[in-house]
Amino acid sequence: MATRFELKDHFRESRLTNDRLIFAAIIAGLLFVVVMVRLAVLQVFEYEHFDSLSNRNRVDIGPLPPQRGLIYDRNGVILAENIPTFSLELIPEKVLDLDSTLNDLAVILAMNADEVLDIKQRINQQRSFNQIIVKQRLTEQEVAKFSVNRHHFTGVDVVGRLIRHYPQGALFAHTVGYVGRINKRDQQRIDERNYKGTLHIGKTGVEKFYEDLLHGQVGYQEVETNVQGRIIRELHSVPPVSGNDLYLHLDINLQRIAAEALGTYNGAIVALDPKSGGVLAMVSKPDFDPNDFVSGISIKKYAVLRDSIDRPLFDRALRGHYPPGSTLKPFVALAGLESGVVNEYSKTFCPGWYSLPGKDHRYRCWKKHGHGKVDLLKAVSQSCDVYFYDLAHTLGIDRIHSFLDLFGFGHRTGIDIPSESRGLSPSAQWKHDTRNQAWYPGETLISGIGQGFNQMTPIQLAHATATLAMRGVSISPQVARASRKTGQSELQLIATETIEALPMQKSQNWEKVINSMVEVIHGKRGTARHVGKDMPFEIAGKTGTAQVFGIKQDEEYDADSIAKKLRDHALFVAFAPADDPEFVVAIVVENGGGGSKTAAPIARKMIKQFFGITPDE
Amino acid sequence: MSSLIADRRHSQRWGLTQASSKIHIDIILLLGLISLLGVGLMVLYSAGGQDSSLLIRQLIRIATAFIALLVLSNIHPDRMRDAAYWIYGAGLMLLVAVLVFGHEGKGAQRWLDLGFFRFQPSELMKLAVPLLVATYLAERPLPPSFGRLLVGLVMIVVPSLLIAKQPDLGTSILIASSGLIVVFLSGISWRLIIGFITLCASALPVLWYVMHDYQRQRVLTLLNPESDPLGAGYHIIQSKIAIGSGGIFGRGWLEGTQSQLAFLPERSTDFIFAVIAEEFGLIGVGVLLVMYLLVAGRGLYIASQAQSSFARLLAGSISITFLVYVFVNVGMVTGLLPVVGVPLPLVSYGGTSMVTLLAGFGILMSIHTHRRMMSP
Repeated sequence: MATRFELKDHFRESRLTNDRLIFAAIIAGLLFVVVMVRLAVLQVFEYEHFDSLSNRNRVDIGPLPPQRGLIYDRNGVILAENIPTFSLELIPEKVLDLDSTLNDLAVILAMNADEVLDIKQRINQQRSFNQIIVKQRLTEQEVAKFSVNRHHFTGVDVVGRLIRHYPQGALFAHTVGYVGRINKRDQQRIDERNYKGTLHIGKTGVEKFYEDLLHGQVGYQEVETNVQGRIIRELHSVPPVSGNDLYLHLDINLQRIAAEALGTYNGAIVALDPKSGGVLAMVSKPDFDPNDFVSGISIKKYAVLRDSIDRPLFDRALRGHYPPGSTLKPFVALAGLESGVVNEYSKTFCPGWYSLPGKDHRYRCWKKHGHGKVDLLKAVSQSCDVYFYDLAHTLGIDRIHSFLDLFGFGHRTGIDIPSESRGLSPSAQWKHDTRNQAWYPGETLISGIGQGFNQMTPIQLAHATATLAMRGVSISPQVARASRKTGQSELQLIATETIEALPMQKSQNWEKVINSMVEVIHGKRGTARHVGKDMPFEIAGKTGTAQVFGIKQDEEYDADSIAKKLRDHALFVAFAPADDPEFVVAIVVENGGGGSKTAAPIARKMIKQFFGITPDE
Repeated sequence: MSSLIADRRHSQRWGLTQASSKIHIDIILLLGLISLLGVGLMVLYSAGGQDSSLLIRQLIRIATAFIALLVLSNIHPDRMRDAAYWIYGAGLMLLVAVLVFGHEGKGAQRWLDLGFFRFQPSELMKLAVPLLVATYLAERPLPPSFGRLLVGLVMIVVPSLLIAKQPDLGTSILIASSGLIVVFLSGISWRLIIGFITLCASALPVLWYVMHDYQRQRVLTLLNPESDPLGAGYHIIQSKIAIGSGGIFGRGWLEGTQSQLAFLPERSTDFIFAVIAEEFGLIGVGVLLVMYLLVAGRGLYIASQAQSSFARLLAGSISITFLVYVFVNVGMVTGLLPVVGVPLPLVSYGGTSMVTLLAGFGILMSIHTHRRMMSP
């Protein structure tokens, strides 16, 4: 059988293929006719139509970028607006000789080689029919200078544009964020058509998170142009739809007080409305002027910000990792009560140090000669370390870890600002997984007073305190309160994400812990007594001091003798009124020394501002 | 098998006496190509804004492509057949390499950066696929058995899918059709052909599902270009204005406002046909299309005169694929087909496709000039 099939009939094969070749030739002929008919339709029968479009009216279709939504604080004060400016823009496709054009423009506008190089790079990144900004915020002289020479520059034009402006300058740099030029990475996450004609996009903060709401919908216009491509008249247009305005929970007055109170210290402050989760103030210092980023920050200026040892671009409120120090103690105390390990009457003796059974190492209390007999109220209000060493040792790290988990330690809070950090709430499992090391009992002790591996962000601290203040109702913090479509008067509220009650066995336990925090402020020996002076309501709070570097066994910590960078971080959390909280604040002052000395007074100023109480002299 | 060996003995005996000192060129085909290239350069000068450096770059490309043509036309078709599996295998490996290490340009991975030059393996496959399918099918008597037909289809589908994944739908379609044309020419029954077409038609919804968003957008825009005047529709709207305003006689060389004022995007590359239509009118594009038909016709004639089934299939596929190129591009520019990104062969600026195209014509010349001097 095989041999029969191997035989090739050359004549038959050639006739077979040739028939097909002829068939293909006929098809080609038919396609030729189809194409010619199509061309005849376009060029003969519809000639008049297209000729008028092309010859008498040179039609160009251009995008009409939408106006970006405005951002207001809770009092209606503008935090982000659009101001009209002139910018010089070119469309690479319409420029005859790019290099010489750019060189000539560099002379007129006094641009240096770096700037020209930057423009060339941006030209290479974009499609050749998209406009490229040569220079933003032209002065009147520059506009005049260019206009005189305009006939030399086809494809280049002065364009009036609305540009983002932040009238409050650095005050909301981290929270509201800023917009910047759309770069290659941005292009991948946006609908390119809707960004035709738009040059800026939200880069950080609220501006980035709510980009979709703020941006709006692009429109377009068909225009008649002259031979140089300049617009003569508009034929038809679909107007753009402006982006939504945003109304934030932020209160500019509170923000200002907080930023002033923090002064020259580095650090972060977060104030929340515990009932709604609204962020009332959020400060991260040092800060920067976001307006520099809108029109493209110079390389030199950026390098200064980037390389500064104080890292002004870094949002400490959401990404700064700090040991919580004693501000963690109320949570550990609650864990003790809930697990039944202690009750409010249980007492521990504090001689000024604590040792694990059978070990010599002394874990020291901050009070050198000890607190004596300490119960829960005293332990929190005077921040006794020994009490919490003992409690932590009895609880064990895993019970502490899973309890702190409920308050969101080690988790993102879900705030509506991108790139929040997770912090770290340690556990034996975590140490095994990440370091492949066993957990030592001593590490449990220092975790119990908020030191050791504990790392948390100021927003986490504020959120956890708010959850405590609300007796277990946990609401994700939120900066934006509502949005408004253009032309509409009513606001659309932006939904808060999670509201859940923590599973507590005894509701009295909340009150026991909160009472001990009230004692911090109002007790005779409370660590932050000065905060509560002459207040019309009770305030609950907790001071904290986080070690930046370790002290040896028998050394004294002397704030004056050590370098500023190595001084302890000062922390303070508070809420008021204690029985029905309307205001929660968490404060971290880097290298501020003790929490009661530098952090707590800030809280007092903010509480006074928030509740409208006459400020101290 | 025995017939293959006999073939080879023949060719050796005849090859020695005949081809020792001759350069293998087909003058008719050469003249056709040169006149098309000439028209192309003239239009390119206009479309590219009278930029002579653009012309020089195109000329360098044409010169390179002619070297490829000459080299291939002087290689005996049997040698190409011997190397078919190796070339195809190498091309397939390069395609995989592109997907893994490829260089991204304009959102698609098509390039392989070899340090000294950048290379598009999909171009190699444009010739390797028809070469291999022709080799494989011609090993046994035609028409091929059903089993061999399936193997041949796999040879076509695998590289097409790899290229579609880059994503480069235009090239993928061209390569698939170059292979399918070989299958068609091999004389499979009309029943199979019609069945295959029905199958493809029913697979369209599946294709829709796997397409990239931008490809779907292009299809949708084709159906209603006005729906997206800022995006994909802009090309078609401007292209139709350019063509339509050309009228019967055109606006004259360098006089087309749509192209000279840069309303027409991609006017020196994929949409250059619209420039020709605007500046030379219906008569101009008619002449151009006739020139294309003549070149392809000469190719079909060469195929019909070829002396082995392999040569006939390969020559036929190269000629018809050339026409497919033309019609896909023209269909796209005139709004009959979606904008898939296929250049107008021999006229559009740039692209490694110039080398591949002329290399293909080199193969045609080789097939024609290496014929044995005996009447069939």
